[in-house]
Amino acid sequence: MNEKKIIEPKGVTFVDNSEEVQYKKIVQLKNVAKSFDGEIILDHINLDVHEKEFMTLLGPSGCGKTTTLRIIAGFVTPDTGDVMFDDVKINDVPPYKRHVNTVFQKYALFPHLNVYENIAFALRLNKVSEEEIYKRVEEMLAMVNLRGFEKRDVNLLSGGQQQRVAIARALINNPKVLLLDEPLGALDLKLRKDMQNELKNIQRRTGITFIYVTHDQEEALSMSDTVVVMADGKIQQIGTPTDIYNEPQNAFVADFIGESNIIDGVMLDDYRVRFSGHEFECLDKGFDKNEPVDVVVRPEDVDVVEEGKGMLVGTVTSVTFKGVHYEIIVSIKDFKWMIQSTDYVEPNKKIGIYIEPDAIHIMKKSEYSNMFGDYSSFSDELERLSDTTEEDE
Amino acid sequence: MNKKSILRQAAAYPHIVWAILFIIAPLIFVAYYAFTDKEGNFTFSNIASLAEASYLEVFLRSVCFAFLATVICLVIAYPVAYFISRTSPKAQRILIMLITLPQWLNFLIRTYSWMALLEDNGIINSFLGLIGIEPIHMINTPFAVILGMVYNFLPYMIIPLHSVMSKIDPRLYEAAADLGCNPIKTMFKVVFPLSRSGIISGITMVFVPSISTFYISQKLGGGNFDLIGDTIERQFQTAYNYNLGAAMSFVLMILIIISMAIMNKYSDEDGGVIV
Repeated sequence: MNEKKIIEPKGVTFVDNSEEVQYKKIVQLKNVAKSFDGEIILDHINLDVHEKEFMTLLGPSGCGKTTTLRIIAGFVTPDTGDVMFDDVKINDVPPYKRHVNTVFQKYALFPHLNVYENIAFALRLNKVSEEEIYKRVEEMLAMVNLRGFEKRDVNLLSGGQQQRVAIARALINNPKVLLLDEPLGALDLKLRKDMQNELKNIQRRTGITFIYVTHDQEEALSMSDTVVVMADGKIQQIGTPTDIYNEPQNAFVADFIGESNIIDGVMLDDYRVRFSGHEFECLDKGFDKNEPVDVVVRPEDVDVVEEGKGMLVGTVTSVTFKGVHYEIIVSIKDFKWMIQSTDYVEPNKKIGIYIEPDAIHIMKKSEYSNMFGDYSSFSDELERLSDTTEEDE
Repeated sequence: MNKKSILRQAAAYPHIVWAILFIIAPLIFVAYYAFTDKEGNFTFSNIASLAEASYLEVFLRSVCFAFLATVICLVIAYPVAYFISRTSPKAQRILIMLITLPQWLNFLIRTYSWMALLEDNGIINSFLGLIGIEPIHMINTPFAVILGMVYNFLPYMIIPLHSVMSKIDPRLYEAAADLGCNPIKTMFKVVFPLSRSGIISGITMVFVPSISTFYISQKLGGGNFDLIGDTIERQFQTAYNYNLGAAMSFVLMILIIISMAIMNKYSDEDGGVIV
């Protein structure tokens, strides 16, 4: 149902790994479910993580992503289902015997140890020789750009520095899988961008599988090989960042990843869809005749034209300058569309809009239909609030 | 100076008066009696007479008993406090209440109860007799005295330990487990160093009452094991030698101050030590 050319969204670089060889599965979750106090946190999820993969679990708070991570780490035991590591069931293996390490959300550095001793912690447990410890700690410090910080008190480091110590501490044992629980959540934007690049580089260089939990969709798109979108304890979609962005499976994914106009439509026939009172050509097929569907159109894929020359006609209700483009809210048949355009249009003016066939993506109806995708109550402020109220599940 | 700070100063006066009347003044009296003879003349003879072998023995015994009681309390209390600190906040409140519950009973009654338990034909030995075990002589032994100390002062070890441990970030336990620590290693590598200030407070709060107790040794030791507390009590109650009694109190105080200074040295920057 989706054969169309890839539309590169602006400002996001994707890592295209479609031609890479398939690596061996290292972590597998099979039909894993978990409830706390009768509340379902994970609803029978299945997930395969491969060697050398950078996988991101993405979703809003309470979606079960952190619980999934904690199940892999061994801090949470699933109610049903199996956790496999290297094809061995590890449900009952305690965390201290698992070959995974974790970078915790708020670092959880040992306050009684300095930078060097925090990083050396795992090696000391294994009775590694003093020279070997020194060599490897120095290597780690070099990797996270903290040379010369050996004797520092971890309580006096900045957030970014503590973060680096936490990464070095988790990596020194050469785990097969590194789990990262919103590791950049507490850092400011600039630092977060730098650390994203650094983490990605570290992952490439070491070849360690990263399982990364975040609620930040941009972070997920820019760093991952595979994105797993989660909501309400279920996996909504697994795919490459390009897949997730261009071919969202349902209204939830379309709304959560980037901006989307999600409109009610009817699939008339293969390659023909009707919405907003107009018939469009599209690239999707395989639906029943006259099947109701959700239609996704990304704001950057809508062209603004003169009133008479468009496929649809609408009234501009607001225009906001965003730097790279204008964000235009247009009312078309009582549905508020968001359009991103580099051209300015007058508010209250009637405009025409034109949509190319490859800009239309058709999705099956789901439980999330009609919940998202209308910009009538849209405000930047709310968006920001919903981004920052993230804590922990 | 504004009104507020005057008020604030005034608030301190009752305590200052209290401190002078009941802390500073008695200390001066103790020092006065310790360094004077019956006629009130200055002398070192009271202090010097404590160098006698019989007194040295009492001091040494007191230190040994108090030391043993403190070590036993620490060994028992540490895992208990660790266990309690890992339970839910509600369970913690209940468990700590249960730990302090015996303290609601009068100290004398608790000690008398131990006499009843430990006597040669007491409750424990009667029970042992029932299951065919020869009675064990327990009362009036060092074992009974130290047991009494441990029993009475154990909560003073558990509470400061628990209060420090319950403040340790639970994520540190996860971090330790994640890096390869089993629960025992976590206790030694993470909990122990982070609970040092609680250990110091606990030791202080058990050692000081243990070294100066007199009642426990009289009732459970049958008067066979004179401790400093007993000797001091006798000087005031029976011998009416206030000067010698004061001299002993004075030396005991110095002993306690020295042990505390040693402990503080090891607690270094941790702070928060109750002394």
